[in-house]
Amino acid sequence: MITITHYLVLSAILFTVGVTGVLIRRNAIIIFMCIELMLNAVNLSFVACAHYLNSMQGQLFVFFTMTVAAAEAAVGLAIIVAVFRNKETVNIDDINIMKW
Amino acid sequence: MLNLVSLILLFPLIGSAINGLAGKRLRKETVGYLACGAVGLSFFVSILVFCGLLLLPPEERLFEKRLFSWIESGSFRSLAALQVDPLSTLMILTVSGVGFLIHIYSIGYMHHDKGYHRYFCYLNLFTFSMLLLVLSNNFLLMFIGWEAVGLCSYLLIGFWFEKKSASDAAKKAFVVNRIGDFGFALGIMLIFLNFHSIDFTEIFSAASHGNFETGNFAITMITLLLFMGATGKSAQIPLYTWLPDAMEGPTPVSALIHAATMVTAGVYMIARCNVLYTLSPFTMTVVASIGAATALFAASIGLVQNDIKRVLAYSTISQLGYMFLACGVGAFTAGVFHLMTHAFFKALLFLGSGSVIHALSGEQDMRKMGGLKSHIPTTYKTFLIGTIAIAGIPPFAGFFSKDEILLEALIRGNFIYWSIGAIAALLTAFYMFRLLFITFHGESRVDHHVMEHIHESPKNMTLPLTTLAGLSFAGGFVGIPGASAINHFLSPVFGGHGHAEISGAETAEHHGAGLPYLMMVISTAIAIAGIFLAYQMYVKKPGLPKRLAERFRFIHKLLLNKYYVDEIYDAVFVNQIKKISTQILWKGVDVRVIDGSVNGIARLVGGIGNIFRLLQTGYIRNYAFYIVIGCIFIVVLAVFGR
Repeated sequence: MITITHYLVLSAILFTVGVTGVLIRRNAIIIFMCIELMLNAVNLSFVACAHYLNSMQGQLFVFFTMTVAAAEAAVGLAIIVAVFRNKETVNIDDINIMKW
Repeated sequence: MLNLVSLILLFPLIGSAINGLAGKRLRKETVGYLACGAVGLSFFVSILVFCGLLLLPPEERLFEKRLFSWIESGSFRSLAALQVDPLSTLMILTVSGVGFLIHIYSIGYMHHDKGYHRYFCYLNLFTFSMLLLVLSNNFLLMFIGWEAVGLCSYLLIGFWFEKKSASDAAKKAFVVNRIGDFGFALGIMLIFLNFHSIDFTEIFSAASHGNFETGNFAITMITLLLFMGATGKSAQIPLYTWLPDAMEGPTPVSALIHAATMVTAGVYMIARCNVLYTLSPFTMTVVASIGAATALFAASIGLVQNDIKRVLAYSTISQLGYMFLACGVGAFTAGVFHLMTHAFFKALLFLGSGSVIHALSGEQDMRKMGGLKSHIPTTYKTFLIGTIAIAGIPPFAGFFSKDEILLEALIRGNFIYWSIGAIAALLTAFYMFRLLFITFHGESRVDHHVMEHIHESPKNMTLPLTTLAGLSFAGGFVGIPGASAINHFLSPVFGGHGHAEISGAETAEHHGAGLPYLMMVISTAIAIAGIFLAYQMYVKKPGLPKRLAERFRFIHKLLLNKYYVDEIYDAVFVNQIKKISTQILWKGVDVRVIDGSVNGIARLVGGIGNIFRLLQTGYIRNYAFYIVIGCIFIVVLAVFGR
């Protein structure tokens, strides 16, 4: 029997993987993927909770999140492509001209 | 007619404003006529006021014109009010009259100058300031005029400010005057403390009604401080050094400063405060001594100077010393009389020297002149009259006033004052005729390039010269001993206070009726002796001065270098103050304390910023890490914080 706890633990593991990825990786695309991972980890917990509570609200939020994630993916990838064209790299340690 | 008095001030002020604001866009002729017209109208109104005053009986000749209430603060009240009485009327006539002639002369003299409108703007403002000074009825308004005169002298001495020497001279005049003004301002404050008023009429009536005994300490301090102001403005020892340097200005400006405006202010002020001065015998002694010392001191320097204007400058200082000597022995009328005649002939001499300089394309060194008599005859004739007048040959103007001063110095003062005055008179006659002989007589030493351009000055320059020559000849007749019109006219100002203010002729009767006539003969003889000496040295035996200079080389050098007074002042005051300023005030107070505290605050802020700057690494994951930490913190707080 798979209980709500399993779902939430999996969600937490996925989220932690995402956060760790954002913090330690240098490749912008991988960071980007990690962000997607975090979003979907949250989605998982939303759905699980919605099922557990017999409420549609959680499912509704998932749609919002997916919409935002899609938009973000489009914009974010476009930015990464633009940065790559300018600097020939996607290593975020090299993209630091905003520093004083 | 007396009500018109405010117009006297208004005309030059308007003229100055128009020329100053719009002069650039006006034609040259308009600028000149406007300025002359303004002062000319002032002179005309002054005559009207003078006539109006004459119509009144002598004891009622005091009129106050209130313009507006200026400052009121507690018990302190100051009106902007004008005072018309014989003394101020005589002054406005002299100032606006001589000033008018100098304005006309300036049209010709400054014709080629590019700062034409600026010049006339200043000139009108100068006249206005001086008129304000002599017309005011209280010390504060007088002080405004006093300061404005100083300002205008600064602007005009430094008129050719591209020249370093001119701007230096202007600064020197301003700073030296500042020292005197400091004393004057303190004097005014002390007056208010003691009299609770700054109004002339109130102060003088309080002083003359016996509220203060003779020799009162407060009065002595007041008069000494006021006299300190006068030494600055009227170029007396020790503050006279600015006047010879003031020759850097255009020559008509020198004429204006020396004759009509500025330097006469000190004499006027002391004459105005005669009630206070007679209450303090100590100050009177100081005034007379400084006057006598200055008369002799400056005359001796004038003996050897080679710059035509500098000789005249030292002569002015010397003549001002005479006026102070007269005031110091209590002969205020004689002082003011000499002020007036001196205004005539000194303006004439300066304008004449200006005409010489103009003819010689700007040459001022007398060693490069000579034999100009036939080339510029009008200038020569008028200059001769001025020279005779200042030397004191009867019946020219200078004779009467100088003779009266010498007589009064002997009667009221003592033999020392008289003998110093007599020696100074001898020197005056000598150096003035030396100037005349070197410049106009003998062989020409003029550069032949300059010689080709030599020309008599235009009509608008010679006309003021001839007018002033007439005045220098006839101006003294108002003060003929025994029947002195000026004495009579001024007696309400100087005589009505119950002091021993007896006219010279009357006093002389106690000493024997022959004394004034004897004195006349003696002073004429002195003047002629001076002239004879100059004639012997500079016409008959031209080699003699050089031999004398070599024989008495030390004295000659001392005189030529003006007793090294400038150098001494530089060493004792200027350089010391500079040193204090540089070492302590600049490098200590300014750099360390003021700059240090400002920079220190900046450095403190910068240091704190340096610490916080470490947070901004530019690495996104560091920022993301901060966000995560923040999130964890919030979660922890939400879960365990309750």
